[in-house]
This record gives sequence, structure tokens and C-alpha cells, in this order.
Amino acid sequence: MSAPIAATPSDIVREAAALRRSLDAGFREEVVTSLYGEVERLTRRAVQDSGSGPLELDQRIDRIVTSRLLGLPLMLVILAVIFWLTIVGANVPSQMLASAFFWFEDLAAGWFTQLGVPWWITGFVWHGVYRGLAWVISVMLPPMAIFFPLFTILEDLGYLPRVAFNLDYLFKRAGAHGKQALSMAMGFGCNAAGVIATRVIDSPRERLVAILTNNFVPCNGRFPTLIMLATVFVAASFPPAVASLVAAGSVVAIVLVGVLFTLVVSWVLSRTVLRGEASAFTLELPPYRRPAMARILYTSLIDRTLFVLWRAMVTAAPAGAVIWLLANISPGGVSLATRTATFLDPLGWAMGLDGVILLAYIIAIPANEIVVPTMLMVYMTQGRMLEIESMDALRTLLVDQHGWTLLTAVNLMLFSLLHNPCATTIITIYKETLSVRWTTIGALMPLALGFIVTMLTAAMARAWFGF
Amino acid sequence: MSVEHNCETCPVHAEMAPLGATVEAFDRVVALAGNPNTGKSTLFNALTGLRQHTGNWPGKTVTRAEGAFQFAGLRYKLVDLPGTYSLLSTSDDEEVARNFLLFGRPDCTVVVVDASALERNLYLVLQVLEITDRVVVAVNLMDEAKRRGITVDTRSLSRDLGVPAIPIVARTGDNMMALVGEVAAVAAGETVTQPLRSKGTPAFEHAVTTLVPMIEAAAPGIPNARWIAIRLLDGDVPVEEALASGRLAELVARQQAPDARFSRKIALQGAQ
Repeated sequence: MSAPIAATPSDIVREAAALRRSLDAGFREEVVTSLYGEVERLTRRAVQDSGSGPLELDQRIDRIVTSRLLGLPLMLVILAVIFWLTIVGANVPSQMLASAFFWFEDLAAGWFTQLGVPWWITGFVWHGVYRGLAWVISVMLPPMAIFFPLFTILEDLGYLPRVAFNLDYLFKRAGAHGKQALSMAMGFGCNAAGVIATRVIDSPRERLVAILTNNFVPCNGRFPTLIMLATVFVAASFPPAVASLVAAGSVVAIVLVGVLFTLVVSWVLSRTVLRGEASAFTLELPPYRRPAMARILYTSLIDRTLFVLWRAMVTAAPAGAVIWLLANISPGGVSLATRTATFLDPLGWAMGLDGVILLAYIIAIPANEIVVPTMLMVYMTQGRMLEIESMDALRTLLVDQHGWTLLTAVNLMLFSLLHNPCATTIITIYKETLSVRWTTIGALMPLALGFIVTMLTAAMARAWFGF
Repeated sequence: MSVEHNCETCPVHAEMAPLGATVEAFDRVVALAGNPNTGKSTLFNALTGLRQHTGNWPGKTVTRAEGAFQFAGLRYKLVDLPGTYSLLSTSDDEEVARNFLLFGRPDCTVVVVDASALERNLYLVLQVLEITDRVVVAVNLMDEAKRRGITVDTRSLSRDLGVPAIPIVARTGDNMMALVGEVAAVAAGETVTQPLRSKGTPAFEHAVTTLVPMIEAAAPGIPNARWIAIRLLDGDVPVEEALASGRLAELVARQQAPDARFSRKIALQGAQ
């Protein structure tokens, strides 16, 4: 063979094309066939299968876990148990953290006063920034430290692919990818993480559907709001023994509404702007494995819990400062917070909510977890975020003093499902799609849906039930 | 074949240390390939420790994880490739894995296979062997296979594939030292492999040997001209374009460049 001197790349491609024509038309098939033959030969020589193993155990479990009849109910039960454990388990540590943090706040504010620091610096630092941080840590850390490890255990066991398998036909009928079930599940932890998790979907169309609808499942930052509403308005009318069960049940109900919206919006998207067929994919159901506990604790506590908590803290500190400023700057004797809330009141009324709730959602764009504290702070007009000692006190505050009804609670639950994603999620959507257009749609579509749905339920409740 | 390994009598045991995310200075690069669900991530964690350096592959939304370990005085950077069933089709995952094997010049590639589903896993092994000859096959999940009454003769497999095949249980760390030792030997060139490669028809082999010197002349220092030649004969459009636009050299450089878009956020996805 003579070595060709300085062939240009296009020469090589041309040469390759010419050589290809000189080969048998079937050479590609030959290569593939010989590959398969080779693999079969190697396997025959190296593997001895006595066929007696307990493979059947995995299959027996799968027959139940992925059965048409039991698959979905079992999934809901597992979800309910996880929420119940999270609600029950987080209660006491949350309160302990809160009282410790707020005890220190009073102490530190006292020192500042003794040192002669001006009142507005003390207020800004301790009752604004610090209190925002304290609230977020005590409300979020315990539930996350329980929820994430439990979720990771399911992941490690190999249960999540079964969830995708169970939900696959629903998503397929909605024109979406079956693996969207996985990114949706990740969204329960954090929507930004859920948006990143859509990377498992190969088709760009289906990936966009999954990204745009991820926000319809409530994330960890929104669960405290849902849990509070479930506890105060739903569970309050049940005996204490079953109250936590009822609370968990109503959170599951909200989750189901979220899944319903995910499916309906996916269906609409894949019949309008993102038209196309659902693509087929192979879903391997891996064997069940014993979870590696050390790794679970590490990934769920360090990678997930601390990461989400850090993000919340970074946004809560400035938000706490903004809240304090809004509540304490009072041109003409009326605080900025009250003024804005009054301005937003008509829109809030039309949505079955009120101006204060809308203001809280605007301040909470950086992080959903500060919605409730902001709301309560403006209601109390105490000039700072506060900790309500008991759920009864909270109920009294909302119902008796601020005219909350069942409609307010239901619509707030709906609005916390259906509103714009938090700032981190919006940034993540942009990073993943690199498109201003899709980011805008991803941010505004859920918000528009939230306006429409709450206005409809408010109008219906007022027309038919006289709210 | 037993996977039991006596650590106390193993002279190299003390020399192995995970280095976690310290991937800045290293002597050797080891790539980790394998099908999904073969315990690739478990092996990665077992070798490097729990901390890892995560980011994106350049220009792709595919997660890239890197870690490091030290063995016999040398530092090894371990690059976790996306889990794939083949290197032939055009998904992002497969392109990333294939490009790294082609242009990232790993000193050794570990292909993790599931002992209880060896046949399905061997397609990837053979495709990797087409690209590089510095390969060690890690036959993982030996315990699970045994439980199912499946035994894998790794010595026969080794002989047939022409590269070392080591039985391991990544979850418990069984036989890890043997694997690492073999990786070190292959990376150093002490173990000479003779990878099994498909021989085509004489006409096909002639076509390949015509193209190889042309490719080597056009892109000096290209790691695997034979593989490029086969892909060109197959009419692989991305490879044609890469060659025609002079991007081949660029690819070589890009695979070795540090990833600028490093982000902790990616770690949220967990191990997969």
C-alpha cells in the first residue's frame, strides 16, 4: 500500500465513499450479524446458568408492584406513608429549632439594644435577616432530613423505575415520555432538580413538555404551606388521633391534583405548540437491590438537603430584609406592605384570596418556602416575621381576624400548586433550554393557569355556595 | 470461581486510597464504561470515595462525574462515562461516551458488566474493544448472579476477549484490589492485551488499510484511525463532518480541557 501524501479530509471522505461502493451491499449487516454471533459464542463458553436461582422473587414482587390493579394504589399508599412520616417526624424537631433560634434572636437583639445600636439596625439584622433565616431552617431542615433519605431509599431499592412503568401509559396517552414520571418524582424534592432530571429524556420535544410541566408538582419548599393548610383547615375538624393521617391524606390529594395538571397540560402541549407522538423507549426494571445506607445518608443529606437548604437560606436572608423594610417604612403612617396589599386586594378577592397573600407570593419569588411567614407577618403588622405558638392560634388569626374561609384555604392550596416557579427553577429552565421564549412560557403558563383556576373556583363558590 | 479475596495477605492493600474530588493533578486517566444498572456508580464510589466532581460534558447536558484514587504511588483520575447499551447510535449519552474513548485518550477503560446478564452486556464490551485495546472488564454483581444460579467463568472470558476480566462485587468491595491492580498494569502497559476484534471480509480489510494511513496523515496523532476508517466506510455522518471540518483535532483538545461549566447543582441528580 503506498502511503498517500497530504490527502485533504474531503479526499478521504470521497475515498471512503468510493471504497464503500466497492464493498458488498450487505457488509453492514454482516458486521452486525458477526457481532451477535460473537457475543453468543462468548456467553456460551463463559456462563453456566443452572436456572435454579430465586429470580422468581423479584418477579413475584414486580407482579404485584407493577400490576394494573394494585400498582397505582400501592404507589399512593407508599407516598402517603412517606408524607405521614415526614409530617409526624418533623413536628417536634421543627418546634425545638424554632424556639432555640427565636430565643437567641431576643437575646441578641437585647445585646444590641444594650450596646446602644440604633433600633433600625437591630430590627433589620435580627428581626429581618436573621429571622428570615431562622424560619427557613427550622421549617425546612427537619422535613427535608426525613423526606430526602426516605425518597433516596426508594430510589436505591429500584422502586422508581417501577413508578415510571406504572405511569408510563398515562404519560403516553398525554403525548409525553414515560420517563417524565421520573423527573416529576424528582420535582417533589425540588423543581429545579426535576428540571435537570429531564435529561434522561432523549427527544427534545418530550423533554420540553417535561420541563414546562415540572412545576405542577409541589416541591419541598411548598409542602410546608400545604401541610399548614391541611393541618389548620382540614385536620382541625377531626379528632387529634387521626389528625396527622388526615393531614397526610389531604396533602396526597393535592399531589394528585398536581399530577392531574401535569398530565392535562402535557396533553394540551403535545397537541398544540409541541405537537408530536410519544416516542417508544426501553425501560429496564433493574433487580431490587439492598439499599446502601451510608451512601443514601450521604447523598440525601449532603447533596440534597444541605444544597436545597443553602439555596433557601441565600434567598431567605434578603427576603427577610425586604419584608422588614416593607413593614417598617411607613410614608404617611401606613407601611409599604399594607399599601401594596390594599392595592392588590381587588385582584386577590377575584381569586378567592386577598392582597396580603398575593404580596407574599411576590416577595417569595426567590424561594417558595417564605410564603407563609411573609403572609403572617403582614397580617400581624408587627413589623417582622413571627412564629405562631400553636395551630389553634394560627386558625384564630386567619379565620376570625382576617376573614379566611374554606374557599381561601382551598384556593391558596390550588395557587401554591399553580403559580410561577421560584427564581432558581426559572434560571434552571433557562440553563437547560437556552431559550428565553421557553423560559418565559415555563414561568408564565403556570401563573396564568393559577389565575384562571382560582378565579373560576372563586366565582363558582360564590355563585353556588354563597361564600 | 470465587470472588473472595484475602486482604491481609494482599501486599498492595495499604497502597490504595480514595482521593474523592481531588482531580487536579493525576498521572493516569481511567474511563468507566458500562450498561445502565450494572453498578457502575457503585464501583465509582467504591474506588474514589463518596465525594465526586460533577459537571457537564462540554456542550452537552449530560452529567460528567470525575473522581480520583491513588494506587502504588500513582494518582488515577476516574471519569464516569454515561451508561449506554452501545456506542453506535446517536443519542447524546452514546456520543459522549464514544468521543471520550476516541479522543480523551484514557490510559485504561474499565467496562463494568452485569454477571447475571452477561450476553446483553457484551455488545458494549466488543464495541469498546474496537476503539481501544487498553481495557479491563469488571464482571460485577457476582453475588447476585450466584444467587440466581449463574456462574461466570471469568478466565474463559478473559481468554476469549483478550483483555483481563475480573470478577467483583462493587457493593461490598469484594476483589477490588485485584481490579485496581489489573487497571494499573494495563494503564502502565505491563499487561499487554490482544483485544478480540471482528475481522471483516478481505475486501473490507483492504478498504480499512487503505484509509488508515490517509487519516493518520490528515490528522496527526489521532488515537484510533482504524475505528475512524470503519465509521467512514459505514457512512457515519458526524464522523465525516468532524473530519471534513477539521474538528477531529479540536475534539481531541476539547476532551482534555477542564470543564468550565462545573456546577454543584448537577449533584442533585444523585448517583446515576
